[in-house]
Amino acid sequence: MNKTLLKQEIGFKVPLGEAEIEEFGKEVEEIRNEVMDSRGDRDAKYIRRLIKTQRYLALFGRVVIFASLGLLPEWGHAFASYLYFFPVISIGVIMLASAKILENMEIGHNILHAQWDWMRDPNIQSGSWEWDHVCPSDQWKHSHNVRHHTWTNVFGKDADVAGYGLLRIFPEQKWKKFNLGNPIYALLLAIFFEWGVAIQELELGLVVTGKRKLSKMRPMLRNTGMKIVRQILKDYLLFPLLAGPFFLYVAAANGTACILRNLWTYMIIFCGHFSEGVHVFSRKQVENESRAHWYVRQLLGSCNIKGGKLFHIMSGNLSHQIEHHMFPDMPSNRYPEIAPRIQALCARYNLPYNTGRLSRQFGTTVLRILRMTFPGPTPQSLARV
Amino acid sequence: MAITNTVYQSSMRKFSQFVDMFAYPLRLSHYLELINPLWTKHSLQAKVLKVWDETKDSRTITLRPGRGWRGHRAGQYIRVGVPIGGMRHTRTYSISSSPSNRDGCISITVKAIKGGRVSHHLVRDLKVGSYLPIGDPQGEFVLPDAIPVRPLFITAGSGITPVMSMLRNYMREYRNLPDITHIHYAPHVYDVIFGKELDQLSKSQKHYKLNRIFTRELGDEVSAKLHFNADQLDQLAPDWREREVWACGPATLLDSLEEHWAKEGLSRNLHLERFRAKLAEVPTDITSGKIKFTKSELESDTDGVTNLLRVAEDAGLNPSHGCRMGICHGCDCTLVSGSVRDLRTGAITSESGEKIQICVSASVGDIEVEL
Repeated sequence: MNKTLLKQEIGFKVPLGEAEIEEFGKEVEEIRNEVMDSRGDRDAKYIRRLIKTQRYLALFGRVVIFASLGLLPEWGHAFASYLYFFPVISIGVIMLASAKILENMEIGHNILHAQWDWMRDPNIQSGSWEWDHVCPSDQWKHSHNVRHHTWTNVFGKDADVAGYGLLRIFPEQKWKKFNLGNPIYALLLAIFFEWGVAIQELELGLVVTGKRKLSKMRPMLRNTGMKIVRQILKDYLLFPLLAGPFFLYVAAANGTACILRNLWTYMIIFCGHFSEGVHVFSRKQVENESRAHWYVRQLLGSCNIKGGKLFHIMSGNLSHQIEHHMFPDMPSNRYPEIAPRIQALCARYNLPYNTGRLSRQFGTTVLRILRMTFPGPTPQSLARV
Repeated sequence: MAITNTVYQSSMRKFSQFVDMFAYPLRLSHYLELINPLWTKHSLQAKVLKVWDETKDSRTITLRPGRGWRGHRAGQYIRVGVPIGGMRHTRTYSISSSPSNRDGCISITVKAIKGGRVSHHLVRDLKVGSYLPIGDPQGEFVLPDAIPVRPLFITAGSGITPVMSMLRNYMREYRNLPDITHIHYAPHVYDVIFGKELDQLSKSQKHYKLNRIFTRELGDEVSAKLHFNADQLDQLAPDWREREVWACGPATLLDSLEEHWAKEGLSRNLHLERFRAKLAEVPTDITSGKIKFTKSELESDTDGVTNLLRVAEDAGLNPSHGCRMGICHGCDCTLVSGSVRDLRTGAITSESGEKIQICVSASVGDIEVEL
């Protein structure tokens, strides 16, 4: 990372010389090795227990949704009233949504990062895990693990930083009339986030601009198509059909659970890289960067969210986005343990460590999206620390 | 009957595929696992029902395999996954129980090897009630199905296990043993795995000739030089040339058997079961080199002696594997370019695109492997 470029383009100067950056990198690496060498029984127990809990939650969530149908006024018994029906079905929906959130984030996302491959359990392997999401996991792994994690917040490399090709998030993106719809697109993306991710993976833009032939896309489209069909079949046809005349109630409950999951994941993920104070980079800046530079860039390009234990688990420990980006293949249950060490390390080297409450991190993200609806400002003003 | 059976099976399969659609991307089996791990279809597990010390350093583990278990043939082995420190280690063990056990249980007998973490864990720390992932039964070390044979069993130490399964199977199926000669080597009388049961068989079965050879006196540390030799064989089994041999034990014993039978031109009578792959002699012109793992885009050094599975693991990869001795093909992967040497035979493979067993292959110079 070239210091002068950093200063010019993002208005922030890393207060370290070349040798100091390398030293910082070495200390980061030491923490990593220490943790990776100590992986053992308790980590294995953690992920196995979590997977079990998630499956129970999904199972009972669906059971409660079906049970709530017995409280519909049509039945005419003493408790058959919307007054009882809605609270009960809501509990079922929240359970199912929580199960989907756990499956996508703390379980699926982290398994697909190969965090648990070291256990050599063929049922918990990054190579074979398929998640409860419309985007096939093998495709997602490529764009997420390779592009997003290697090129975090680098324009022209990381699709996430460019608002998934839909939103204007940083002043470095040239304003177009299209961006006037920024808040509306952001809201739609939040509601249908799962679909946004799946569509983004396909990189249809390359086909439209003629950079990729449609015929080459066929296997990918087929793969995604099959995945979508199976996901839709389960939540919007099979389970609702099981409810017979109450088809629509179950379909709506499942749909609501999916949307709740979408909103939650959108919120956590957007906080991770778009909160106030986060840094972005140009392709030139990251040319020939060393491992130590890469660590500094991951630190500057990520934001943590403060919260309790349950909050961290429900956010897939992406609330420890900084630690996750430095060590994407470290078991996620270790992030909370090393976060204070990384924060103290950053303090010693005078490097910023972006963390804050959810209200602060998401609030500034929303403000940013609103501000980017309109032209300007000049790049430095927003990213200055 | 057969037709209705297949119709029934295929409709059951269709039905279970349909039910699985409710659980997608998981299967119904993943939810059944919550209730009982033995009901799963996606992975085979076994519950530890009982442990019993056979000798001071070996233990029989009785397992109840899950629903997917399809039964074994006497003499076969299974892969057992052993979690230690959260990590799964896979080893192969011969089954010592009869295939026709009515309770559906199987048993393996494990000897704690010096310095062997996995065998030590199984012998000392395994708890009754825990679950172990197991594989399907494998191996060709079995008696022919229909043809009557006059077997000569030669076993040593825990090499008794597959042969014990054969003996027990005879007893279960026919209630008595055919004309069998058995030579079993053990350090001394208290070290004989299944010692009491063998004793009883030799007392009650008039056609079963058991010769136990104790290579060590009690309290004696040094071997009493009673290892296998030609005179011993002529004396204990004078008709050994007419018998088909099933032998299992340490490499030194099996090697000398191989040599002896080959000398007489009778190698085809010999069926051997090895604990470890027999490795060819290392050639003197070993070349070290670079290995490139094409899928993970990693490069590493390789010394031309270490097996590639180990090299890959040392490089931080985690290739799927099973027996680590060239049997199960759990580690097969494609050779992209370069040459590998089969550590068992010394044969060189340079055919790019060929599947190689990385656990028993070493590099010859620079190579690329699809991993």
